[in-house]
Amino acid sequence: MTTTPVATPHAGVGGVRQAFSDGLVIGWRNLKRIPRIPELAIFAIIQSIMFVLLFAFVFGGAIPLPGYTDPNAYREYLLPGVFGQTIAFASATTAIGMTDDMAKGIIDRFRSLPMARSAVLTGRSFADVIYNAGILIVLMISGWFVGWTVRTDVLQFAIGVGLLLLFAFAMSWIGIWLGLSVPSVEVGQQVSFVVIFPITFISNAFVPIQTMPSWLQPFAEWNPVSTLTASVRTLWGNPHPFATNNFPSQQPILVTLLWVAVILAVFVPLGVRKYRSVSR
Amino acid sequence: MSVIEAEGLVKVYKSRKSEVRALDGLSLRVEEGQVLGLLGPNGAGKTTTVRILATLLRPDAGRATVAGYDVVRQAQQLRSVIGLSGQYAAVDENLTGRENLWMFARLYQMPSPEAARRAGELLEQFDLVDAGDRVVKTYSGGMRRRLDLASAIIARPRLLFLDEPTTGLDPRGRLGMWEVIRQLVRDGATLLLTTQYLEEADELADGIVVIDHGRIIAQGTADELKTQVGGERIEVVLHARADIPAAIERIRPYGDGDAIVDEHTKRVTLPSTGGAQALVQVVGALNEASIAIDDIGVRRPTLDDVFLSLTGHAAADGQGPEPDDEPAMATGRAA
Ligand SMILES: Nc1ncnc2c1ncn2[C@@H]1O[C@H](COP(=O)(O)OP(=O)(O)OP(=O)(O)O)[C@@H](O)[C@H]1O
Ligand SMILES: [Mg+2]
Repeated sequence: MTTTPVATPHAGVGGVRQAFSDGLVIGWRNLKRIPRIPELAIFAIIQSIMFVLLFAFVFGGAIPLPGYTDPNAYREYLLPGVFGQTIAFASATTAIGMTDDMAKGIIDRFRSLPMARSAVLTGRSFADVIYNAGILIVLMISGWFVGWTVRTDVLQFAIGVGLLLLFAFAMSWIGIWLGLSVPSVEVGQQVSFVVIFPITFISNAFVPIQTMPSWLQPFAEWNPVSTLTASVRTLWGNPHPFATNNFPSQQPILVTLLWVAVILAVFVPLGVRKYRSVSR
Repeated sequence: MSVIEAEGLVKVYKSRKSEVRALDGLSLRVEEGQVLGLLGPNGAGKTTTVRILATLLRPDAGRATVAGYDVVRQAQQLRSVIGLSGQYAAVDENLTGRENLWMFARLYQMPSPEAARRAGELLEQFDLVDAGDRVVKTYSGGMRRRLDLASAIIARPRLLFLDEPTTGLDPRGRLGMWEVIRQLVRDGATLLLTTQYLEEADELADGIVVIDHGRIIAQGTADELKTQVGGERIEVVLHARADIPAAIERIRPYGDGDAIVDEHTKRVTLPSTGGAQALVQVVGALNEASIAIDDIGVRRPTLDDVFLSLTGHAAADGQGPEPDDEPAMATGRAA
């Protein structure tokens, strides 16, 4: 006798409320491990600070920002770029955590429990957003020491931070899908870096787009890391030279929100589907 | 209706290069309050069976209901009445024992204070109180195993799946685990237990199913299986290999069949229903002939013998799907 596999009934027995409380439990669990493997957070921060120092003091002098004569201008320009880059790398952290859970077998236990199926995923992205918020705080403090500052008001600052975290949320869903798709933590790490490095470097995070070859410029201009960084610079009144008349340069916030929507629309279903079919 | 009913389960693992038919039409039945021991060599399909019944894996064909729920279509309802302790401890390394238990209790939908109370109770029951507030990373294998079992019974499930629950435990740990399992059964739990240790099945299980290559090759109670392989025998280990022919000659009258010889270990095995009396006579006969012996005794078949005779290899050895290539001991083959 054959039974055609039927899709498992929807999310949870208790619906949305259960999905939310289970998600919080998983989020709590993911946050708990941060202080217990402090190396992870410490190296993430060191990596970002290294970029700040490298670009501020090594390459910085070779990257002029026309229109700005103040030698500090580049550093102020740079920091939002480093924030954007750090957020983009958040998806790697998510992917590695997810693959690690799979390898350790704890996902099997979760799948045998009467919990909301979505909770393992929402809990992870929720925890990763908080984790990134923590890293952002440390980076902002270090940035302030090398001359970065916010020139607008508290509201604009908050919107900028909100945009960064929203992007972190979207990126974490790419990480979830990636983490569930790769066979091991090492592969996940490699894949993330191969994908994320070009995305962060072919953007306005470190160098103005106009210094790139013209065939690369459209890509760099539409790149979500560019639009995110441009939005934040605009919101905080940090130097943002060379705005072109192209749409992404004129409406960086709108384009960033579009990117978030597109990424979520694609990777949430992909991640959920992957999670359901994992080793089944 | 039985608590576990599986009919013709088939599971094929496909990869780019190969296809493994892990289950090939397996049917099982476990009654309420019963302990079923699932035995089989490595790769027989024990874990696959458990994972299908615990909703982690979809069968490619066949049907199974557990506690009245279909394992595929009613997976979510089923999950709230079962507990699973998989072959490898599935607990969070970076949480403490107490935090692990609290988390799993919450995910079984217990309110937080009750979850905390239950976590404390289980730490006590599993002798983990001292280690309860340490991260699991620092636990020994046996402690993890106990924590894993504790996690499986958090919601006091009526039905438990234990995949090799005592693998990696020291003898004391194993006895302790047996006691915990017996207590669960006394409290009315139904249990499906896989194991590599045949004495464990003998000790805990009411019924035994032996599988190999994803198919059942024998089932019954431990005693029924032992009867299948044959009765008692007297085993003599001689001091000198040269004495073997003479010894066989001497002891033949006290047996019920031909003696089996293992040259390498100098062991002569004689089927005999005469029990202790026959043993005394064999000792006398050998003594009279001045044949020196190292060891002698009456041996009843163990589940190990059952295993050897059914699968052609011992429980814990043999990775491959070709059991006949395994070098079985002469005594084992003969049974
Ligand atoms: N995920 C998988 N992908 C491919 N093959 C698998 C997978 N899991 C199990 N198998 C194969 O299916 C067969 C049955 O495996 P299973 O784990 O059920 O055996 P088992 O009886 O539990 O063995 P053991 O005593 O070693 O735990 C084996 O041949 C194994 O190699
Ligand atoms: Mg197994």
